[in-house]
Amino acid sequence: MSQQGYVATPPYSQAQPGMGGYPTGFGSPSAQALYGHYGAPPQTYPSQPAGMQKAPASSPSGMPPPPVPGHYGSNIQQNGAHSQRFPPPPAASTPSMSPYGQPPLSQYQSMAQATPPTQQLANQMSAMNIGGYGQSLMQPPQSPSSSAGQQQFQSAPPPAMGHPLLTPPGPQSPSMGAPSPMTPGPPMGSMTAPPMGMTNSLSGPPPMGGGAFQQPPGPRPQGFPPQPGPYGGQMPGAQMAGLQPGFPGAFPGGTAQMAGPPQKKLDPDSIPSTTQVIEDDQAKRGGQVYATNLRGQVPPLVTTNFTVQDQGNASPRFMRCTTYSFPCTSDLAKQCQVPLATIIKPFATLPKDETPLYLVNHGETGPIRCNRCKAYMCPFMQFIDGGRRYQCGFCNCVNEVPVQYFQHLDHMGRRMDLYERPELSLGSYEFAATLDYCKNNQPSNPPAYIFMIDVSYTNIKSGLVKLLCEELKTLLDRLPKEEGMESSAIKVGFVTYNKILHFYNVKSGLGQPQMMVVSDVAEVFVPLLDGFLVNFQESRAVINNLLDHIPEMFADTNESETVFAPVIQAGVEALKAAECSGKLFIFHSSIPTAEAPGKLKNRDDRKLVNTEKEKTLFQPLRGVYEQLSKECVSQGCCVDLFLFPSQYLDIATMGDVPTHTGGSVYKYNNFQAHVDGEHFLSDLRKDLEKSIGFDAIMRVRTSTGFRATDFFGAIYMNNTTDVEMAAVDCDKAVTVEFKHDDTLSEDTGALIQCALLYTTISGQRRLRIHNLSLNCSSQLADLYKSCETDALINFFAKSAYRAMLNQPLKTVREILVNQTAHMLACYRKNCASPSAASQLILPDAMKVFPVYMNSLMKTPALVGNAELSTDDRALHRLAVMSMGVEETQVLLYPRLIPVHSVDVGSDVIPAPVRCSEERLNDAGVFLLENGRSLFLWLGQACPPDLIQSLFNVPSLAHLTAEVTSLPELDNPHSKKLHSIISSIRELRPYSMKLLIVKQKDRPEMLFRQYLVEDKGLHGGASYMDFLCYVHREIRQLLT
Amino acid sequence: MATYQEFIQQNEDRDGVRFSWNLWPSSRLEATRMVVPVSCLFTPLKERPDLPPVQYEPLLCTRANCKAVLNPLCQVDFRAKIWACNFCFQRNPFPPSYSGISEVNQPAELMPQFSTIEYIVQRGPPTPLIFLYVVDTCLEEEDLQALRESLQMSLSLLPPNAMVGLITFGRMIQVHELNCEGIAKSYVFRGNKDLAPKQIQEMLGLMKPGTPAPQGRPAAPQEATASCRFLQPVQKVDMNLTDLMGELQRDPWPVAQGKRPLRSTGIALSIAVGLLEGTFPNTGARIMLFTGGPPTQGPGMVVGDELKTPIRSWHDIQKDNARHLKKATKYYEALANRAATSGHCVDIYACALDQTGLLEMKCLSNLTGGHIVMGDSFNTSLFKQTFQRVFSKDYNGEFRMAFGGTLEVKTSRELKVAGAIGPCVSLNSKGPCVSENEMGTGGTCQWKLCNLDPSTTLGMYFEVVNQHNAPIPQGGRGVVQFVTQYQHSSTQRRIRVTTVARNWADAQSQIQHIESSFDQEASAVLMARLGVFRAESEEGPDVLRWLDRQLIRLCQKFGQFNKDDPNSFRLSESLSLYPQFMFHLRRSPFLQVFNNSPDESSYYRHHFMRQDLTQSLIMIQPILYSYSFHGPPEPVLLDSSSILPDRILLMDTFFQLVIYHGETIAQWRKAGYQNMPEYENFKQLLQAPLDDAQEILQMRFPMPRYIDTEHGGSQARFLLSKVNPSQTHNNLYAWGQETGAPILTDDVSLQVFMDHLKKLAVSSSA
Repeated sequence: MSQQGYVATPPYSQAQPGMGGYPTGFGSPSAQALYGHYGAPPQTYPSQPAGMQKAPASSPSGMPPPPVPGHYGSNIQQNGAHSQRFPPPPAASTPSMSPYGQPPLSQYQSMAQATPPTQQLANQMSAMNIGGYGQSLMQPPQSPSSSAGQQQFQSAPPPAMGHPLLTPPGPQSPSMGAPSPMTPGPPMGSMTAPPMGMTNSLSGPPPMGGGAFQQPPGPRPQGFPPQPGPYGGQMPGAQMAGLQPGFPGAFPGGTAQMAGPPQKKLDPDSIPSTTQVIEDDQAKRGGQVYATNLRGQVPPLVTTNFTVQDQGNASPRFMRCTTYSFPCTSDLAKQCQVPLATIIKPFATLPKDETPLYLVNHGETGPIRCNRCKAYMCPFMQFIDGGRRYQCGFCNCVNEVPVQYFQHLDHMGRRMDLYERPELSLGSYEFAATLDYCKNNQPSNPPAYIFMIDVSYTNIKSGLVKLLCEELKTLLDRLPKEEGMESSAIKVGFVTYNKILHFYNVKSGLGQPQMMVVSDVAEVFVPLLDGFLVNFQESRAVINNLLDHIPEMFADTNESETVFAPVIQAGVEALKAAECSGKLFIFHSSIPTAEAPGKLKNRDDRKLVNTEKEKTLFQPLRGVYEQLSKECVSQGCCVDLFLFPSQYLDIATMGDVPTHTGGSVYKYNNFQAHVDGEHFLSDLRKDLEKSIGFDAIMRVRTSTGFRATDFFGAIYMNNTTDVEMAAVDCDKAVTVEFKHDDTLSEDTGALIQCALLYTTISGQRRLRIHNLSLNCSSQLADLYKSCETDALINFFAKSAYRAMLNQPLKTVREILVNQTAHMLACYRKNCASPSAASQLILPDAMKVFPVYMNSLMKTPALVGNAELSTDDRALHRLAVMSMGVEETQVLLYPRLIPVHSVDVGSDVIPAPVRCSEERLNDAGVFLLENGRSLFLWLGQACPPDLIQSLFNVPSLAHLTAEVTSLPELDNPHSKKLHSIISSIRELRPYSMKLLIVKQKDRPEMLFRQYLVEDKGLHGGASYMDFLCYVHREIRQLLT
Repeated sequence: MATYQEFIQQNEDRDGVRFSWNLWPSSRLEATRMVVPVSCLFTPLKERPDLPPVQYEPLLCTRANCKAVLNPLCQVDFRAKIWACNFCFQRNPFPPSYSGISEVNQPAELMPQFSTIEYIVQRGPPTPLIFLYVVDTCLEEEDLQALRESLQMSLSLLPPNAMVGLITFGRMIQVHELNCEGIAKSYVFRGNKDLAPKQIQEMLGLMKPGTPAPQGRPAAPQEATASCRFLQPVQKVDMNLTDLMGELQRDPWPVAQGKRPLRSTGIALSIAVGLLEGTFPNTGARIMLFTGGPPTQGPGMVVGDELKTPIRSWHDIQKDNARHLKKATKYYEALANRAATSGHCVDIYACALDQTGLLEMKCLSNLTGGHIVMGDSFNTSLFKQTFQRVFSKDYNGEFRMAFGGTLEVKTSRELKVAGAIGPCVSLNSKGPCVSENEMGTGGTCQWKLCNLDPSTTLGMYFEVVNQHNAPIPQGGRGVVQFVTQYQHSSTQRRIRVTTVARNWADAQSQIQHIESSFDQEASAVLMARLGVFRAESEEGPDVLRWLDRQLIRLCQKFGQFNKDDPNSFRLSESLSLYPQFMFHLRRSPFLQVFNNSPDESSYYRHHFMRQDLTQSLIMIQPILYSYSFHGPPEPVLLDSSSILPDRILLMDTFFQLVIYHGETIAQWRKAGYQNMPEYENFKQLLQAPLDDAQEILQMRFPMPRYIDTEHGGSQARFLLSKVNPSQTHNNLYAWGQETGAPILTDDVSLQVFMDHLKKLAVSSSA
């Protein structure tokens, strides 16, 4: 296809379709309105003619020999290899940028403030290009670079460079031919326009292109080739301006022809890279001790390995904020639109090298609390009056110090016993609660785990029941136990059910278990008290007997109907009768259609997708389940749901109770014991062994001036302040949003105390306190500087997922985009140094924010595509609602680990590459994980010896399509891969089933949807397109 | 002809029938003037060791609305091989099987000594007996242990092919599955939610899902397999069930201080009834309820679980203060009717110190012919032995129980049946012989007797309908035929036919004869039944007044006296004891509720309404024997004058056996004379009543309460409350004399009663 072909096509005609495509990606056509500019823009930003874009597309096929082919080719390689092909962006580049270079912004002091503009630029550039790959290794000169690099965005890179990004100049494109992926859009930088026009003979389009590019005049076309560096540097993705032209085409949805290669307008390497950011942070702060002694200190990224030393503020593992510097006034907050929120994971697992929480016992009077606001004693209390009184840091009330708690103050005004008392010196600790904190003022009982097994035909046939019963015999030995206790205090009970429920009496003295059938499902009740919930150790014989019998008893069942709500009801009733809290493990197969409360019918109407009513697919049916949630929570009954469906079962409704009770929902489609057994069992083991607290109620107190207004998570809210959770385990996080009440003071900062009252697994009642102090600032720049992208995205994910219950998905997506644009525009307006409008300037701390946002909008729940199973979407939505920051981070930006390049000799896991198809390598093997799914991708050309060592077959071709498991072989490669996989699994709350996909095989589709930088498989823009779009929005906002 | 005494005795022995009158007044008007209606006590299954059943089916009159059974009273034309029905006069040909019939070769049913005859019906498959245990687990451990043992013991008494089932209840109800290996299974129901029979069957999995009860009887075998889970042949599940019963635990639900345990008797019974109804309708079955307290929750609750509100007393009932009474009674009545409809009977074994709600539940047994046994604890010999006796066997080694009976009465046309009183329910079968006047359960000529034993006795009441102006020819006889179909405990179906006839007499010309044909014992019992039947629905005093009026009228009719001269009043021998029976009846617990709890009253009445004549009379007027050195034991007057210091008294009230040692005897006994060899005779004297009591204890069902007391003993009250208070603290002349013991009561004595009776009888104004 000669360029002519392209020429021929009216540039716009194609562009348009492309745009149309975009909207679809983002939702309904009506998006148009929103993205209207989009469509319209072509004119406004006529910059890139469609033709241009295509040019590249065509290039691969039959472009004339690229002028500088070698160059690019090498580039690519370098990237892969981290070689330092890129010369430091030195002089050459600097000059070009200088025009634009601006004095560093004060805010960015962190990055070489002093550095002269030029330097800065240089830094940026280096950071940018190189950062991605070789890291700054090669450029020692720019030492500041690594950190500085991040700022480039603020300091707008020279416009010149900007352009380059977008459109590979004609000349190049040809050159890129093969290497297309890497197409360094950059080079074009300056020269772009001209060359393109010419080379591509895109004469037609040129007008546009020209118009668009202010800089088309790009000085020296030739120049660029020689200076890869520069282009690299600029690309910073900053200049999306250039992109726009490319947009239409870029938007895949676009026309058919565009497929594949075409969109490589910009160098993908040029836009902010998440993997790079993660690596940088790991390099900078990884392995270090993070002491929490400073107010408003921004912690390392969630992906970074660091050790926390509690010195008065809660570890970021427990509480992580969207920003560590709150704006002083609500006006400021509104202006910047950065949500003020904290994600609290009260039971977060601490690494072995961090100290577990201390337990403080204040005796019979209970924990000492402020008389007015009831905040608990913490480091923020100021002792005065010689230690006789203290002033509450939250409400400023002055309280008497109880006599038994009195202690003299030292010369600094601190209590002498400061370091002996965790509650005075630490951010997180626990109080022993008194009877006043217990239900009915009765000491609480140890919780109970009830296993409720659906024994209908499906589960029997799939082998689940047998598998499960077998597993439980050993699994129950591993129930969590209190530190120092010999055995677990948790009691266990068993129920099986189909249309009716069977309870089992497994009292230790019995010769054989007794089954009690309750067929009154309309009003289910617990038929026995004594012997239902027992200590496993004591009743082991009877329980094992029972577990042997269950599969037999129902072996020839033909009952296929099930009930569901009555099952939960039964569990709650059992706990009620036993006066304890606990957890129900429900193993369920099908939509409950039997005549009983909570009967469900199939309401999976895909026609609703992309309509106003789509939200109804996600709304749980009200009534029975709503009531159940309430009951569960008030009893401290957490529900964990393991689903083994073969078809739709209305997860939106069935998952309602689990998600209001701190439970989890697991789903195994078309479960077969021999295939999915191990996967399920490891989920079950994890779930069972998790550290967990029951019957919890959480209260978030704040210092005056702001307060918690909204809560997201697997929680139940009876009123506006108390967060009730039937249970909260180490993976459940609650996202709390704050709003201003008043003006905050920079002096006192913003204090947050999260108090969680709960029952331990041994039945003790405790209060877990997490304290966190944040800065307040009247400078927006401070806020942007201490933003935490991972936390932000967690907040946005949860709020969007909640909003989608009440609003059309399209609206939700629009809001997300708007808010993204708003936040960035506000930054640009208030914090960034002036720069050309065509530049996209991102705050350093939010550099990769857009990629996450874009990924969020492409998640199954939000993407609105009728091909996706409604249940999967609903499940995704439910799962995210209780996720912590680590989980949302990896979920929205999966780790793509090149396994082929692994160093079998070392312990390290190879650095992940960016989630884009371009980063895949035909000859490579990649592992992709997002916390929920795990893929092993085998390139078509991957070396047979690798295949041999991993699968024990001579070549890829010998690998059958059905291969589902990775054999454990005795060779370094195999062992290494297994060790990587197991270390990943260990990290995540869900045990991910390994899916093996071969390049170009059908299942690869599944894998591809996780390449979040690419155009969404089911709709949604590519990262680059999204950036362009956001940039446009920003410009709209700024004008 | 022998005396009427002998005639009556002979008739009773042969047919189990005792009529109030053995000559019947021939017109309606005269009959009503006789005061005591023409009626009889009929014991359908009276034991007849000398009566071998015949192996063929009865021959019925071919007239559709008659269907009387061929009997010795029928006219037979041996040559024409035709017989005439003696009820409808239809002439029926003998069927071929009777072709060999002749005057010298008559079938048994035509022989006069076979006025009662039993046929064995060969139709249909034999159906097993079914025993469904419904066991309360809200018991004290000691009681429960005793009950466990009794239950396990009872399994060994059941025939091996009998089906058994087990339901236990407390706060919840468990229906135990019996054929399971490895795991003991039970279906559990909550105790406070009423379920429709259909729901129960559905929940027990007795119904095929999805098939909405197809019309016309779904395939029985299918149901049978399903039901097998809960009802199994005892031989098959013997071990299982023994273990199960052995492992019965007390209801585990905690009972708070000041509360009664929650006991769901109502639902438990409803489930038991529903289970049998759905699986074995119209098959003989016994639901045996063992309960240790009142139902405290759900439908049928008798009292709340708050201990501070006591269970209803007669006082509460009279003041309409018994909250749950009406509802509960209605509930159990409905249940009883359901059980009766499907031919199942309900036994109640209630053992508790306090009341258990028998008042409300009594209809379950009363209507279905089940037993009621009341005791203080399951750990007493009273309960243990009584329960054992339920399974006693007759001379053939068969259980003394029969199921699913129907009793049909046919009368000759001058007579109609007005009703029956006894453990039966009406089958609402109208027919030509049904009277419009109802006495007892009337309006039908067929009754269902879900459970019968050889002593079950019904009072049958008739009405003479012959008009005064249509005289019956001299020597005419009225005929009554009782046809009882039942399932014998050997699982055979049998039909027993009793045909009796009595002569008609013109009351004007033959009043003397009629009077002498009066059976005062039977009449007393029959009138008592009427009285007790009324007492169930009317206020006590009204019933007494009614009884008094009847007595006075009878005395007026048959007494010989001069007007207004009480001293001239005389009654003939055939009526002489009748007023005395009435006197004691008035004082009996059947009509007097004072000093009895509602449960006790119900219990006493229950037994009174079903026992045969002898036992009934004992209940009305207890028997008193006296033992002394002065001679052999002798019956003495039930009078305070019989209580003497040097006597030992044995009183049998049916419900109690009281041995009372006179003052002197008691002192001697205390002094230990009986242990001295030289006073061997005293030892024997002490032993004699014990032996006699033992004999009675052996025979009676339910076992009576055995009381051994002495002068001044607290338990002597049982005796003192029964004797005629001829000497009280009021009539001083006897005070302190040696002639007896004064009774501290304001009750009138027999003498005073008789004086008043005479006065009223002779009064011209009455």
